[in-house]
Amino acid sequence: MTEHDITLSVNGTEHDLTVEPRTLLVTALREDLGYTGANVGCETARCGACTVRVDGEAIKSCMRFAVQSDGAEVETVEGLAENGDLAPLQEQFQENHGLQCGFCTPGMLMTADTYLKDADDPSREEIREAIEGNLCRCTGYHNIVDAIEATLEQREASHE
Amino acid sequence: MYANDFEYYHAESVAEAVDLLEEHEGAELLAGSHGLLPRMRTGEEAPPVLVDINAVDGLSSIEVTDGDLSVGALVTHAELADSDLVREHAPALADAAGEVGDIQVRNGGTIGGNLAHGDARTDHPAAVLALGSSLDVTGSDGDRSIDAADLFTGHFETAVGEHELVTALRIPIEDGASSTYHKHRNPLSGYPLIGVGAWARIDGETIERVRVAATGNLSHPRRLSAVEAALEGEALEPASITAAAEQTTALDDDEFRPDVQASPAYCRHLLSVNTEHALRDVLDVDGE
Repeated sequence: MTEHDITLSVNGTEHDLTVEPRTLLVTALREDLGYTGANVGCETARCGACTVRVDGEAIKSCMRFAVQSDGAEVETVEGLAENGDLAPLQEQFQENHGLQCGFCTPGMLMTADTYLKDADDPSREEIREAIEGNLCRCTGYHNIVDAIEATLEQREASHE
Repeated sequence: MYANDFEYYHAESVAEAVDLLEEHEGAELLAGSHGLLPRMRTGEEAPPVLVDINAVDGLSSIEVTDGDLSVGALVTHAELADSDLVREHAPALADAAGEVGDIQVRNGGTIGGNLAHGDARTDHPAAVLALGSSLDVTGSDGDRSIDAADLFTGHFETAVGEHELVTALRIPIEDGASSTYHKHRNPLSGYPLIGVGAWARIDGETIERVRVAATGNLSHPRRLSAVEAALEGEALEPASITAAAEQTTALDDDEFRPDVQASPAYCRHLLSVNTEHALRDVLDVDGE
């Protein structure tokens, strides 16, 4: 099959790569470019472990071909920390024990980080709905919701 | 679970996409990929050629034209759910779009792909049927319109031709009409076990016109004409609604899709309950 030359911007760095049409975006990120943060879980658009942002929106990177994303701006969990310092959301996941095995965490962080950009004083129920596309089989979600709430509280406190 | 090998083409216009479909035997269109890609990975579909239409101009807008709400084929479920125009003129469609999967899935999947792929389990068909919509499609013989009532012919079977591309969903706007979508969600998959769309126009205390349609565990999405007939011209009161919703119990077992988790009897019950709830909502009639 004909391979295709594509360009992906990942966390602000441009990458040129050559992919088979059937190569998934998550496969290109992990195996061709070494961004192994996004995990491959259910492979059926349920679990959300592969969640990344493409052109500003959270999507499941197992549900699109890399060639479809030619020229796109991709953001992965590796882009959240700055200069080795965890982002506030990541710190709160650590503080609140928002993870155990950690497999769902990169996707959970990308969904939550995207949600937090526009969230305005959400209820716990609304936070749960926002992360319904990310499955965690360890925490029971309570601590994840705690971490997201704490990030919001911290952000509000810093604005006061 | 790799998808089959395929040749990939990138169309920049509707005409180019149609040409590519005609040139390549078995070619399929690729938009949001949320319908086709999972089925390619399980081997349920294996198109030798995909024509990517994501870069085609003019398929991504939501606008009011000639008295219709026109929704471009590439509009995503998230855009539909967030659109003020859709909320105002076709609330059932905004409701259904907001019920799809989760935010990542709603950001990925498109309305045109959803309808053209014809997955009978999804939310949109009930809303689209209840709203009296039609699809604008383009093929090598030119443009045509497909009434939503003629669109769904089976599970993954639609009236959209092999070499045709859906360009827009068209919903007639009628003053004084309202619509809604109610669903019983499969807790595992998020798909509707049963979803019911309802549209109605009221004249004083009388139900003037109504359209009711269902999706989910049915042989294919369909209008519920017996429910509609039982309501039209009736007084706007709870008894009329209950009596009309009971019409759904006449559906035979073979009208439902076999499902190990949900028997026809259970789905029939869900259909009756969701029909009643959707009707009370759209007609603004409280329960007892």
